[in-house]
Amino acid sequence: MKFRQARFEEPLIFELSRSGAHGFEFPRLGPELERALKDALDEIPEELRRKELNLPELSELEVVRHFTRLSEMNYSITTGMYPLGSCTMKYNPVLNEEIASSSKVLHVHPLQPEETVQGCLKLLYDLEQLLKRLTGMDRFSFQPSAGAHGEFLGCLIIREYHRSKGRDRRIMIIPDSAHGTNPASATMAGFEVRVVKSNRYGCVDVEELESMVDENVAGIMLTNPNTLGIFEKDIERIVEIIHGVDGLLYYDGANLNALLGKVRPGDMGFDIIHLNLHKTFSTPHGGGGPGSGPIGVVEKLVDFLPPPLVEYDEENDRYYLDYDRPKSVGRIKMFHGNFSVLVKTYAYLLRMGGEGLKRVAEASVLASNYLLRKIEKLRGISVPFDPERPRKHEFVVSLQPLYKETGVRAVDVAKRLLDYGYHAPTIYFPLIVDEAFMIEPTETESKKEIDGFYEALRNALDEAYRDPEMVKNAPYNTAVSRVDEVRASRPRTMIPSWRVYRRKMES
Amino acid sequence: MGREIPYVAPTENEIEEMLKEIGVKDIDELYNDIPSKYLLERFDFPPSKSEIEVKEMIKEILSKNKCMDELKLFIGGGVWPHYIPSVVKEIISRSEFLTSYTPYQPEVSQGILQALFEYQSLLAELLEIDVVNASMYDWATALGEAFRMAARVTRRKKILYPHYISPQRREVASTYSSGMGLRLEDYMQLEDGSVDVEDLQNKLDRDVAAIYIEYPSYLGFISKNIKTVGELAHESGALFIVGVDPSALGILEAPGRLGADIVVGEGQPLGLPMSFGGPLLGILGCRLEPKLLHSLPGRLIGMTKTIRDGERAYCMILQSREQHIKRERATSNICTNQALCAVAVATYLSLLGRSGFIELGKQILARTNYMVRKLSEISGVKAPLFNAPHFKEFAYKVDGYSSHELLRELLERGIVGGIDLSREFNELENSILTCVTEMHSKRDIDRYVSIVKEVVER
Repeated sequence: MKFRQARFEEPLIFELSRSGAHGFEFPRLGPELERALKDALDEIPEELRRKELNLPELSELEVVRHFTRLSEMNYSITTGMYPLGSCTMKYNPVLNEEIASSSKVLHVHPLQPEETVQGCLKLLYDLEQLLKRLTGMDRFSFQPSAGAHGEFLGCLIIREYHRSKGRDRRIMIIPDSAHGTNPASATMAGFEVRVVKSNRYGCVDVEELESMVDENVAGIMLTNPNTLGIFEKDIERIVEIIHGVDGLLYYDGANLNALLGKVRPGDMGFDIIHLNLHKTFSTPHGGGGPGSGPIGVVEKLVDFLPPPLVEYDEENDRYYLDYDRPKSVGRIKMFHGNFSVLVKTYAYLLRMGGEGLKRVAEASVLASNYLLRKIEKLRGISVPFDPERPRKHEFVVSLQPLYKETGVRAVDVAKRLLDYGYHAPTIYFPLIVDEAFMIEPTETESKKEIDGFYEALRNALDEAYRDPEMVKNAPYNTAVSRVDEVRASRPRTMIPSWRVYRRKMES
Repeated sequence: MGREIPYVAPTENEIEEMLKEIGVKDIDELYNDIPSKYLLERFDFPPSKSEIEVKEMIKEILSKNKCMDELKLFIGGGVWPHYIPSVVKEIISRSEFLTSYTPYQPEVSQGILQALFEYQSLLAELLEIDVVNASMYDWATALGEAFRMAARVTRRKKILYPHYISPQRREVASTYSSGMGLRLEDYMQLEDGSVDVEDLQNKLDRDVAAIYIEYPSYLGFISKNIKTVGELAHESGALFIVGVDPSALGILEAPGRLGADIVVGEGQPLGLPMSFGGPLLGILGCRLEPKLLHSLPGRLIGMTKTIRDGERAYCMILQSREQHIKRERATSNICTNQALCAVAVATYLSLLGRSGFIELGKQILARTNYMVRKLSEISGVKAPLFNAPHFKEFAYKVDGYSSHELLRELLERGIVGGIDLSREFNELENSILTCVTEMHSKRDIDRYVSIVKEVVER
């Protein structure tokens, strides 16, 4: 495929400023409000009055043009395939955007009287019932704004569970293949992280786990299928070991796509789960957020969820918020979470239905295994950990053979893929695989598109053997050529804002 | 499979070909590594619905809401009713921004990177602080992270915060601080809205990591001695954290000029809908000092150059602070943030520009003052409760009249009159926190006031 990304030498918004230009007007105040304004300004002490304000001045068209040009220099799922492992970049249905753009979603205040927000409360209530069925959990909190935010809440709940039993357990076990957020979240909640190694099958080393677990262990955070795309084959034993010391099992839901309608984390024995609605449930990532990471728990942990929970009073056919939660770990965000993201999720679940969700899982697993079978035959690629074992929705290969033979690294091949119009896979993760390529095609890509990605990768690898320097200098067809990320973070050359830039230019 | 299942791409033929390539007879074989006891025999879930049906179903549920089009909302307290210019909606609806991931590959993501750099830069100008990160979840979580940051930087364990703070915000910050074992203690504010310096000094010992103040306060008043608070913090080796509603900063001096080391705030007033409380946008920034910068959580975008041609380009910077590199030693666990909300704010600030932004402040300030004055003219009404300049919000009460009843009377006439402070502060029984913005016309305000007058004189 030929790909040419738009290339504007688009100045910064400050550099486009024309003194005196304006892009927006407010209503005229009128004499009475003008008088009120004058009085109010006189009341504010001089040292608290704004003296200078360096904001740019542009016409409306200039603003629209500037941001439209920027958007044209941005790859997205609507531009092309985005096989980022563990990110589940599936199609974001346009329908959901339309539904969530209703005034009845956008222009509702979270502290309005309950009788005026029955629609919001019912939607949250119904969504919770669907997520319970899907995961096998007993209650959900929608407060977390992201997966990591959910992990933090989950870790606080684990800590509180042990405290409620009169003990202070400080150790959280996390596999070496886990997402970086897991250890970071556990630490934020006050835990000490102990890492359990993966065995040669790419799964948790159960013997090592057994030797680590004692009465000081609060729980384990697991991703299943894990970041290698492999289902933890000894999950039953892991659950036994952790529950054996009354520890808790936390399920990182980043990889749930493979199991929708097939396996429920609750049935495997997990006690807490977070879902990434902006991955598995098709809500858009917005260039990094907003997302949503609701937390589901089993019955014995419900008391620890933050206030409020949505309840239904059947007698009066009324939904209400229950703030009376004395054992809660406390709020982790204002109000009720990222509500408009939840609306999109609800629309997705209704649209897909049970059969649809199951097909999502199956098609994502099919796509991943198909692509792996084709890629593993390519020169320069090796498959770590039990290549014969089926992968789930994603898989990891190593470009270490290519690196050894040519000096071309995973990052170089990733950049070359951009030239062919494909976003690169996740690279250098998980950390236990050298020169890792973590690939997740998702169920919304056709075989034709997956074949196209395969061809692009094959070409890029061929080029790496024929002309390594060319690949090391890639990309060529993107808005800019390879970006100097080292310079960007060096103290002397680092520019985190226009303000700092101006100061550096002056000195 | 494939057909009739929405959004799932492979066709029957493609599935057959793919299975053949893999060398299995059906998809079930790809699940045969999962112990069969875990595989669901029956998945109990409602059946799929068509696009037409889904739209109708959700429309019906949402019809039970009353939104800003049907009610006059004089309510804030963390999320405020503001006008969102059409341009902002248009820009953040562009699917190139909307459906992109975190810009891990900067060469194909210059658009979102430059937009986020502009967000950081516009906020840095507005706050007059050097560095603002690419967003936190909301003001409350930004505050929690700021407390943790102050404790890391100073190696102290105590935080002093104002008595009049949103209870929800205080609770979030407290939950965030709990993992580090920080102690949070409030200091008093006087009837003229200023900080009770004597009380503050009594609580200010060598273990205080930071003094936090809000500007304007949760109750809308502006503390005249805010600079003194900052000076006291610095004299004792503590950091000065200032929380802002940025819509006031066309009128009020920038927190950076008041001595703030760390600034937090809520970006929602600058172009984001209320959305029943989320998504919001947490503002978090600091001075450019290595100690502070390296402890700052969240993503940061920087300006750099391309290796080959030396062209201007943007990418994520200082990633070594973050969880995907540092894991358990990271400054925070934050990964997914509120990037698209930051693009909305960048668009909003660019559109309003310097003069438009100052005008926004004037519009709000004029209406606040007008409403306070009109209410105070009614005998038996104390408005505002604090004898200080107010911006956007103010507390008032009606002598001998229950706030609960008054809010009910207003609601019956299609007005959400504010937050009942009886539930939040014991000493503010029967007081109401009301919010007025550029969305409220003089007529709306007059109507509110006339209802209060009618009720009081009844």
